[in-house]
Amino acid sequence: MAIKKFMYTNRKAPYGTVYALESLEVVLIGAAFDQDVSLAFIGDGVYQLTKGQTTEAIGQKNFSPVYAALGDYDVNKIYIEKESLEERGLSLDDLQHLVWEDEDEDWAEKDSIRLVSRSELADVMTEQEIILSF
Amino acid sequence: MGLLHTVNKSPFESNTFDTCLGYALDGSTVLLIEDGVYAATIGTRASEKIQQKIQSNNDVSFAVLGPDLQARGLENKLADGIKVVDYEGFVNLVAEHDSVQSWL
Repeated sequence: MAIKKFMYTNRKAPYGTVYALESLEVVLIGAAFDQDVSLAFIGDGVYQLTKGQTTEAIGQKNFSPVYAALGDYDVNKIYIEKESLEERGLSLDDLQHLVWEDEDEDWAEKDSIRLVSRSELADVMTEQEIILSF
Repeated sequence: MGLLHTVNKSPFESNTFDTCLGYALDGSTVLLIEDGVYAATIGTRASEKIQQKIQSNNDVSFAVLGPDLQARGLENKLADGIKVVDYEGFVNLVAEHDSVQSWL
């Protein structure tokens, strides 16, 4: 099967709507097909990756720990739009630290998160073959 | 007391929060719930608007639903002047006000 460049764009906050969870489930299913996957977090989508999410009191499943497992599925290109983060009073320190292990470099641990400007992310988006929007 | 206004939309995604502010008169309380809680976090334009409203009219109160803030990992990002309430506190606010406007 030919490998294609997939990008999932995530623009919704978690819990208020089901988009974030649905996107994550599709990403995990898609990971089984060994494609070239990128995730983009834009606008309120950056809220999906905040640290310390605690959902017991709202009676919903806390799916935020799943993001940390993406590296094990070779999903290791996670783009965060800088402008979106700043507009929300957040920095990378407020988000989970996501990593992956590089098989070609003796399983060296590397950062999955790439903080990019809107224009840089637009370039990455333009390179994609399939874009799925959530 | 006046109205209890609830806002459940992110201030970045919809103008619900801005509209609500325009309708928040003396004696009213604005309660941020669900994705509305993002308006209560520091460093956002929405929380600046809350500070301006508090300064210009101290008879309007602001509250945020704690469980929704916790779910989103933003408890330590709460801006000044906004009271955190639990579900029981939500019920008390409903009881204390004349009526409820649930902005959608």
